[in-house]
Amino acid sequence: MRRLWIGLTVAVFSFLLIIPVIRIAMGAFDAGWSGFAQGLARPETLHALYMTGLIVVIVTVVNTLFGVMLSLYLVRASWLGKRLKQLLNSIVDLPFAVSPVIGGLMIVLLLGPETALGALFNKAGVDIVYALPGMIIATLFVTFPLIVREVMPVLQEIGSAQEEAAATLGASAWTTFWRVTWPSIRWCVVYGVVLTVARAMGEFGAVLVVSGNILFKTQTATTLVYQDVENFNLTAANSIALVLAAGSVTLLLLMEWAKSRREVH
Amino acid sequence: MHIEVRGLNKKFGDFQAVTDVNFEIEKGQLIGLLGPSGGGKTSILRMLAGLETVDEGDIVFHGKRVNELPPQERGIGFVFQNYALFKHMTVEENIAFGLEVKKWTKPQIQERVAELVELTGLKGFEKRYPHQLSGGQRQRVAFARALAPEPQLLLLDEPFAAIDAKIRHELRSWLREMIDRLGITSIFVTHDQDEAIEVADQIMIINKGRLEQKGTPWEIYKNPQSPFVAGFIGESTIVEDVSSLRGFGGTGELSGTKALIRPEYVEIGKASDFELLSATEKGTVRHIHFRGSEWLVEVEIGATKLVTYRSLEKEILQPGNEVRVLIHRAYLFNDTDSWVMENRLKEDPMPVHI
Repeated sequence: MRRLWIGLTVAVFSFLLIIPVIRIAMGAFDAGWSGFAQGLARPETLHALYMTGLIVVIVTVVNTLFGVMLSLYLVRASWLGKRLKQLLNSIVDLPFAVSPVIGGLMIVLLLGPETALGALFNKAGVDIVYALPGMIIATLFVTFPLIVREVMPVLQEIGSAQEEAAATLGASAWTTFWRVTWPSIRWCVVYGVVLTVARAMGEFGAVLVVSGNILFKTQTATTLVYQDVENFNLTAANSIALVLAAGSVTLLLLMEWAKSRREVH
Repeated sequence: MHIEVRGLNKKFGDFQAVTDVNFEIEKGQLIGLLGPSGGGKTSILRMLAGLETVDEGDIVFHGKRVNELPPQERGIGFVFQNYALFKHMTVEENIAFGLEVKKWTKPQIQERVAELVELTGLKGFEKRYPHQLSGGQRQRVAFARALAPEPQLLLLDEPFAAIDAKIRHELRSWLREMIDRLGITSIFVTHDQDEAIEVADQIMIINKGRLEQKGTPWEIYKNPQSPFVAGFIGESTIVEDVSSLRGFGGTGELSGTKALIRPEYVEIGKASDFELLSATEKGTVRHIHFRGSEWLVEVEIGATKLVTYRSLEKEILQPGNEVRVLIHRAYLFNDTDSWVMENRLKEDPMPVHI
């Protein structure tokens, strides 16, 4: 009986995770190394990977900064009312509850070219929707809770006594943050960053709706895979998917390392 | 540092934590803020430190109002209840933190840290992290860290609460000695009356956000100014009807007057033990308890139950024994007033001079 369960678990695990990855790797190399290299060397692939990389970097930087700040305010700020804090706290989880496609749609409805706001930006020479800014906003929306949800519980757990002690010893808020608070939360932030990078790299739905998937303009790695599959260009699709999968595995390893450090401190 | 507090008020939401508190503290004194938990002691301490804002009233250090000054600029040292040591820093780094922040030079910092490590008896532990120390050692680190930047006022929030009873005793006398040597004005919060009586020059009794009484431990013990203080300091029994007690009958006209009687006000013994037998009353021993260095005796006079201590050297009593009871004095109070009254019959009404 026990063996059956173990066997079943292994079967489900390999069916869901391992076999697809092997299948992707095989698909990528079904025309040999040259097929894989060709699929990746196409100018549209390079542009799409560049777009994905750019979005990941900007989103991670912005989310880390504001995620840590929002966590600090939600846990520590005495000038925020209790009710307001609770409200903000639940709003943080909104992206988890809302489908990314709907998140993207909200941005189109709010900032699209036909809307007042969108027209205003358009006049100023900045396109939001069907351009990079919209894709960044969509990815920000989707990844926003990740860092806040990692950092907030730790801030709550360590309490404010150490920070108050630093204040009575004459340390400014800035010094207190860097020398007292940051060392306690840094591995959680690293963990949150890894999650954010992984999510931003793989985001599809929200970005597809907002970007319009325009070749050489707003196409990302994931939307290019989608288009290649549609066009029966399977070798190229598999090649790009393999690169993304490799990135994810690297991140997974990083995540494990961050987790172990988080437990030490 | 000379400290003055005038008309201090603090509310947390609807809860009035501190109500109209006024006091003055002379330079170099060690003050104990004593009172039941949740009485507002810690709120007062945190307002002095600037960790809590003041709703109403003034806090004056050295004749200068400091209400608006942030904690960084008040020149205070604060020892937190659970020490709040920086857990990712070693003992040395913890002590040096306040000095680095104040931009002392490296050699100055080294010298000061070495001095404090020596003073607090932490030699050999400089490179340890807080989680590698015992409770007593952590407390000393917290103390050293607070003292390092040479504050003018030291505030301690329940400094011994998290330490086991035996070490607590040692640490108390150590702290007293240390503060005497440094001559720094200090205020500590405690809910333990023994601690306050043993360590403090002056005690402030805080109850329900009000300052009930301020004075030396002896003054407070001898002359409690409110029933709360009388009941809080020392042990005591409340007697509902004073006039029933021999020697206090005259107060019968004051209806509604209750008496608070401490064990040490009560003496028991055989008839032959007392010079003035007329001042004593008959009582029955109900229970006796061994208290390590003396007996605790519960004695009943009519319907009134009193407790007293009895030396181990004296004859051992048994429950049911008939004894004579002398009540030396009682602390009387009613709704409007309170006073201490001596047993009227203790003075021989017709002294015989030979």
